[in-house]
Parts: sequence; C-alpha cells; structure tokens
Amino acid sequence: MDFLTIISDTLGELIAPTTAAYVLAAIGLNIHFGMTGLMNMGQAGFMLLGAYGFAVTQSMGANLFASVCAAIALAVIYALLLGIPTLKLGPDYLAMVTLAAAEIIRIVGRSTAMTKITGGSAGISPQDFTTQFEGTSPLPNGATTFLLWTYNNNIANSWWLRIVAWVLVAVAALLCWRWFHSPWGRVLKGIREDENAIRSLGKNVTTYKMQALILGGIFGALGGIIFVLPRSVQPDSLGRAVTFYTWTILLLGGAATIFGPILGSCLLWVLLTFVKELMRGAIPDTVISSNQVESLGWVIVGVALMCLVIFRPQGLLGDRKELAFDA
Amino acid sequence: MRESHEVKPETKPFQDLAKWATKAPEGEKLISTAYGDKVTKDLQFVDNEPGVHKPDPILVADHVTRKFGGMTAVDVEHFEIERHGITALIGPNGAGKTTLFNLMTGFDTPNTGEWRFDGRDMAHMQPEKVARMGMVRTFQLTKVMSRLTVLDNMLLSAPVQPGEGMFRSLIPGLWKKQEQANIDKAEALLERFLLINKKDDFAGSLSGGQRKLLEMARALMRDPKLVMLDEPMAGVNPALKQSLLDHIMSLREEGTTVLFVEHDINMVRHIADWVTVMAEGKIVAEGQPKSVMNDPAVIDAYLGAHANIDLGDDSVLDLKESEEH
Repeated sequence: MDFLTIISDTLGELIAPTTAAYVLAAIGLNIHFGMTGLMNMGQAGFMLLGAYGFAVTQSMGANLFASVCAAIALAVIYALLLGIPTLKLGPDYLAMVTLAAAEIIRIVGRSTAMTKITGGSAGISPQDFTTQFEGTSPLPNGATTFLLWTYNNNIANSWWLRIVAWVLVAVAALLCWRWFHSPWGRVLKGIREDENAIRSLGKNVTTYKMQALILGGIFGALGGIIFVLPRSVQPDSLGRAVTFYTWTILLLGGAATIFGPILGSCLLWVLLTFVKELMRGAIPDTVISSNQVESLGWVIVGVALMCLVIFRPQGLLGDRKELAFDA
Repeated sequence: MRESHEVKPETKPFQDLAKWATKAPEGEKLISTAYGDKVTKDLQFVDNEPGVHKPDPILVADHVTRKFGGMTAVDVEHFEIERHGITALIGPNGAGKTTLFNLMTGFDTPNTGEWRFDGRDMAHMQPEKVARMGMVRTFQLTKVMSRLTVLDNMLLSAPVQPGEGMFRSLIPGLWKKQEQANIDKAEALLERFLLINKKDDFAGSLSGGQRKLLEMARALMRDPKLVMLDEPMAGVNPALKQSLLDHIMSLREEGTTVLFVEHDINMVRHIADWVTVMAEGKIVAEGQPKSVMNDPAVIDAYLGAHANIDLGDDSVLDLKESEEH
C-alpha cells in the first residue's frame, strides 16, 4: 500500500475543481435554505442549466463573457418561472416542485429531440466548449508540480481551472458574508423565521423570496459551469444525486454560516476519497471488488453523516443555541 | 384640514419616556393631553348605539362579512374608529374580534365588505401594504423571529431601511448611518419595555409575556398611525402593565390611534375612550366605557355579574354572599 499516493490523492480533493463547484452550489443553497428557509430540492437543475447555458453558447462560438452571462440568464429565467407559481407554497410543496422541475430539465436535456442543441444523453464533449476557457490562461503550457500535486497548467483538469474556481469561491463567500450581515440578509432570516410577522411589518415577502431564489440559483449555475469544465456536459451526471450531495455538504458544514459550504464540501470529498483509497489499498480484490469499494465508500460516509446529524445537528460550524427553539 | 390638527402638542423627544420604565418619575407627566381631551369632548355627543357615526373617524368599515363554511365569523354592518382615540374591542371568546383584525389588516379576505383607512380604500390590499400605510397590528399568538436577536426583531420593523435592497446592502456606506439611527430608536423602545438587557439574546429565549412586549415594541417601531393590539396585556405583570398603559396614552399624544382587544376590564376602563362590544360576529353595543359596562346585555353576555368586584378580595365576596342570603 502506497501511503503517499493515498495522501496526495486525498488531499488533491481539497483543491479539486469539483469540490469548488460543490462549494458554489452549496453557497447558493445556503442562500435559499440557510438564510431564507426555502426548501430547494432541485439545486442540480440550476447547475445543469448553467452548464448547458455555458457549453451550448460556447460550442456556437460565443465569447467567454457572453457564455457566462447566458448561463446566469438561464438560471434567472428558471428561478422566475419556478418562483412565480411556487413561492406562495409551504416549504414541503416547494421541495416537491423544485425536485420535479430539476428532473424535467435533465430529462428534456437528454431527450433525443434536443440532440442538436444539447447532444442528448451523450452530452457535449469537452473540445466543443473548453478551448476558449483554456485559451484565456496566462500560464505557460506544460505541467507544474506544486507540493504533492502535479497537474497540467491549462488543459482539462488544470491548475488554471483550479485558480479560477477558488477565486470564484472566495468572491462568493465574501459577497455572502456581506449579505448575511446586512439589513437585506436580516429580512431573509426574518422570512425564514415567520413569514406572516414579516408581512405585518410591511415587507413584500414574495419579492425577497424571489431575490433569494434567483441569487442562489446564479451561484448554482456558476457551480454548474465549474463542474463541467474538467469533464464533459452529461445531463445524468447532474441529476438528483448532486442535489443531495449539495444538501449533505450544507448540513455537514452548517446552514446559515459563511464557511459551512466550503468546509462541508472539502471534508465530504476528502473523506470519501480517503475511505475509498484506503479500502482499495488495504483490502484484497478477492474480498471486496473495486466496484464494491465505490459503493461501500458512500455507505461509510453515509453512516458518518448520520452520526453527525444525530450528535451535532447544527453542522460543524453552526450554533447549537439556534436549534434550541424550533418554533 | 380639520380643526383637530391644530391642537397638536409640542413635540418632545420620544426618548423621554424611556426613563419611565416602571413608573413616571416624581413631578413628570404626559407631555400633553390635548388629543385625549379633544377625543373625550368629541365623543361626548356621540350616541351609545352600535354602528354609530363618529366626528373624525380614521377607519370606516361597511358590510364586512366573513364566513367559514356555514359559520358567519364576522358580520359587521358599520364600524368606525375615532382618530386619536383609544378604542377597546371586547366580547366573549369566538366573537370574531381577531377575525375582524385579520380582515382589516389584509391577512384574511372578506366575503363582502369594504373599508377605508384615512380616506383610502383598503379592501383587497396585501398585508405588507396595509402596514406601510400606517396600520400596524400585533398577533394574539405572538409571532417573534425566534432565531434572530431581540434587537434584530426590532430593527426589522424600522420603516426607513436603505440597506434592504439586494444590491445596496453590499455597500455599508449607503445604510450604516440610517441603521445606527434605527438602533438608537429600537434601544429606547426596548428600554421602555424592559427588554434592553435581552437585546442580544435570541427572541426565542423570551418568555410568553416578554414576547408580547417585544411584539408591541416592534409594532411601535414603525410609528404607526393606527396600531391594532390583540390582547397586548395577556401575561404581563401588573407593575409593567401600569407603565405600558401610560405608554399607550402617551402614544396618542404623538398622534397614534389605538385599537385593542383585551379581556382585562380594568385596563379597558382605565384607558379606553370608547368601547365596542362584539358577539357572534356582530357589533352588539358601543359607547363610553361607563355606559357600556353598565349595559345589562353586555354584563350578561360578557362581563358577568361580578365584573366590578376584585375576586381576590375575600371580604367583598363575603359581603356579597351575605347580601344574597
């Protein structure tokens, strides 16, 4: 068993673009759920729309900035369409509607009728949409080794993508910190606590909820772009499971905290990789096959999360006092 | 402009009242009683009958009905609230008082009816717009934002909030000054309501009575024209109750009109200028507190024969019993 490989693989997850993509999605979900109390069970829908908006316009030859704008615009339109009929519903109904809507997007995206635009179930391959992004890199060609990790500078799962992804995370966290501690954030938290009381104080609750839904959706869409850049756009890789991972990350780190999504995402992926790599190295293939290791990894992480939710329901960074009053 | 607006008392800083936390300091009185005197004078000539017209109404409601299935919860033919008056709404449980509150403030939709507040049509208006017009209510079952601090609960109610825009909130320079002004105002109110020591605690940690106080303070934070209090004194200790009654009276002198639902008859007698009695959804009696409280129908339906007797005073009860035998 090669410990150095295990450790470098595991710690590689800390800075992986996918980890950053999940952080962005979880920051969006934090605005929905942690701040406003909206039970969005379809964050993957926002991510997939962001990914499509970016990749489709890129493959048509739009410039990079326009593609990012297209991704954001799609998320805004989706949030509006979703929000107008549903924001008056209670939290449980909103959860159902968002879950269903995200599935609609995935199924429409992978349908054969859409093959010309979205590539159907085969998706959009990287050479169609990543070249422009890779072209913007100021780094020289070739590969660089930094501490334990060696990655290509510019191509596919690259250092350039890592830098962009984590700068984006830093900006998102900074904005969130500002929003959380502003009167606007206070109104959102008030809505989370008691909508009718906020109404009686003269605030237009639906407008605020819509703003929160759109804003969280935009972060989801950006997460979707980062998610597909190191791989390809595959509608089935942004399905329900991604929504549930995002929820896991948020609850693990602590809802309504600034660093919760970052800590949650890093911890989840590092832990998962570590458990899997350790099992692959320590347990002979005849006892547990590598396919089974894949599933067993999730089982072990799942049990660890259950323990966390039972013994530390507020998440790692949450404030236990806040859970004392469940009104 | 009516004549009444000319008797406006000289405005003194609101904060003065904060020092009165439990009782007025020696020699200090209300800034003025101009509005109170005027309302008393005006209402003197109003007949004590249900649905009567008043000289200067701030709220006028007509034909308001609300049915829940086959049950008619509210059926009010005509109802007026005198401007700057303190109006008490009393009646047995289930009389439709809270439903009427909900209808007037947009939290419920009536089957029929219309009402005007300060000359503006209010029917079918959203609750948030009602609040912005200056008609602010509290809830019988308190609604505090549990996982926000007491101070944040107060600040949410401040009427001027430049920082509540999504983009503007990102630039503290645009709202820091106003925020500080709101904090000062909130702290003065919290002091008055004896909650200042709790200002950084979560509102969810307050007791039932303290939540009532917070809700009332929060409503006043908006400087309402008409404040509608649903059982404001339920669960508040007597000393504080006395001071809050003073506060309600002082509110009037700042130009606020008060409508409250309360089962505490002493409170009604003490501060109300006008009493409206509801039963089974209808307004059954209206008038000056004294005359309404002596109305045999009201005594039978609501007050009970012992309303004037302090039930804690055994000697009075013994006397009463010996009289009856």
